[in-house]
Amino acid sequence: MTTQPRFPAASRLLHWLMAPMIIAMLFIGVGMAASVSRRYDLLVSIHRPLGIAIMVLCVARIVNRLINPPPDLPDTVPSLQRFAAKASHILLYALMLVMPLVGWGMLSAARYPIVLYGAVQLPPILPHDLTLYAWLRDLHSTLAYLLFATFLAHFGAALYHGLIRRDGVFGSMAS
Amino acid sequence: MKPLWFKVAMATNPGLLVRLGAIGAVLLSVIAAFAHTGGWLSPVRLTQDRMMAAFREANGTQVGFRRNHAKGVCVTGWFEGNGQVAAISKAAVFKPGRVPVVGRFALAGGMPFQPDAPNTVRSMALRFVPPGGEEWRTGMNNIPVFPVNSARGFYEQLLAFSPDPATGKPDPAKIKAFLAAHPEAARALALIKKRQVTSGFANSTFNGLNAFRFVDAAGASTPVRWSVVPAQPVLTAAAEQPEAGDENYLFDDLIGQIAQHPRQWRLIVTIGQAGDPTNDATQSWPEGRQQVDAGTVTIDRASSEDSGACTAINYDPLVLPAGIEPSDDALLSARSAVYARSFALRAEEEDEKPPSAITPKEVQAGGKS
Repeated sequence: MTTQPRFPAASRLLHWLMAPMIIAMLFIGVGMAASVSRRYDLLVSIHRPLGIAIMVLCVARIVNRLINPPPDLPDTVPSLQRFAAKASHILLYALMLVMPLVGWGMLSAARYPIVLYGAVQLPPILPHDLTLYAWLRDLHSTLAYLLFATFLAHFGAALYHGLIRRDGVFGSMAS
Repeated sequence: MKPLWFKVAMATNPGLLVRLGAIGAVLLSVIAAFAHTGGWLSPVRLTQDRMMAAFREANGTQVGFRRNHAKGVCVTGWFEGNGQVAAISKAAVFKPGRVPVVGRFALAGGMPFQPDAPNTVRSMALRFVPPGGEEWRTGMNNIPVFPVNSARGFYEQLLAFSPDPATGKPDPAKIKAFLAAHPEAARALALIKKRQVTSGFANSTFNGLNAFRFVDAAGASTPVRWSVVPAQPVLTAAAEQPEAGDENYLFDDLIGQIAQHPRQWRLIVTIGQAGDPTNDATQSWPEGRQQVDAGTVTIDRASSEDSGACTAINYDPLVLPAGIEPSDDALLSARSAVYARSFALRAEEEDEKPPSAITPKEVQAGGKS
């Protein structure tokens, strides 16, 4: 196995803190959009603050990435795979940041109170407009499926590095 | 064409296929779990989509309208709290003083152009908007109890009472089967049938039906139900609709009455005791429970849904301020989910929505169409 430098500790911490949050968010989202059970209210009340937490952590993560750049991929990785890695990471960062904003915006356009916990609420960021709400809700769903697909690609690629290529890329984040 | 690395790896490492297979299996499991959570793998699970399909079956496709309580008008006014329930709920809305209100009167059912009739269930929805933004939204009906106590019960009731395509009327056999499977609905519908029906919206009592919990500043919680009781004199409805030909007579009367002078309701909070059911909207609480007058709702303006302030509002019963919490009634979560989906659908359809039954012109004319 090739030796590959590890990600900085702060990057690993942020990655492993956010990974379960994002996966939980995807499942909560798809579950609450289907549910008419008692769970619906619970899922919605987790979805809002968890989304905002992901957005805040994503900003921290971008700042961290500027301070602590990730290690380069090994020279053995072909250029097409390098490009795919780069593009999928940009997409992941963009979605982590934009999806909560779209969610906040769509609740604003519908004039739902944006309750985080108890009396703690966020202000609306867009005008009260049904058409805008419909458009943003649709966008939120589309981006969610895109994020799920991107997560699958990311997870699949990680396993491919760890089990097939065995080039140390998996371990640079996972160990 | 297999890539070169694959051929080389296979030649040197026969376990590779197993590992590739393992990666595939892991990814497929994640996809399956996601699809399961989304309800796509379980055809019998009751989902928001299936509930919307039941509304379509019952009412046809009514583009741009609420899937239930489709025929309505917007109203505005205010709530003047008297502070009497502030001891059991810390909600700002219950402090003495005025809070603006955006409301909606409607008839139950998903048909936006159904003719008004005395026995059709009437509803009043209210959105209290106190300064500071902690809103309270509630939808209330002029029936003593709700016909069902679960999302499944509601779904089956919708389908059982849907018109049979052959006759255009509900199939009595289906209704009989529904009532046999849901004795709670049979009992509740008997109570609903016996209710006093008044002459119009303005002298109807509207009941919140579901139980909630009031929470005070110290965190103590009290089971409650609420109603709005008219200040207007109660007149019993004529058995038949009074003005033949006016399909909107209930709404027109209300619009005309509000145009004359504001109409008022007292917000009455009923305090539950230990053992009173809070998870079953088909059951009323025993007579003689303590009732507290929390203040007065005054409605001084009506407007068509086509231009009114209530149209872009989802009267989600779980939009609650700190100080009011849901009870253990699963119907609340179901209502919240179904209202949200109905709201999203009609938002998508907004551009194609035909004019509402009660037009801005009709409201301007003081309810004389």
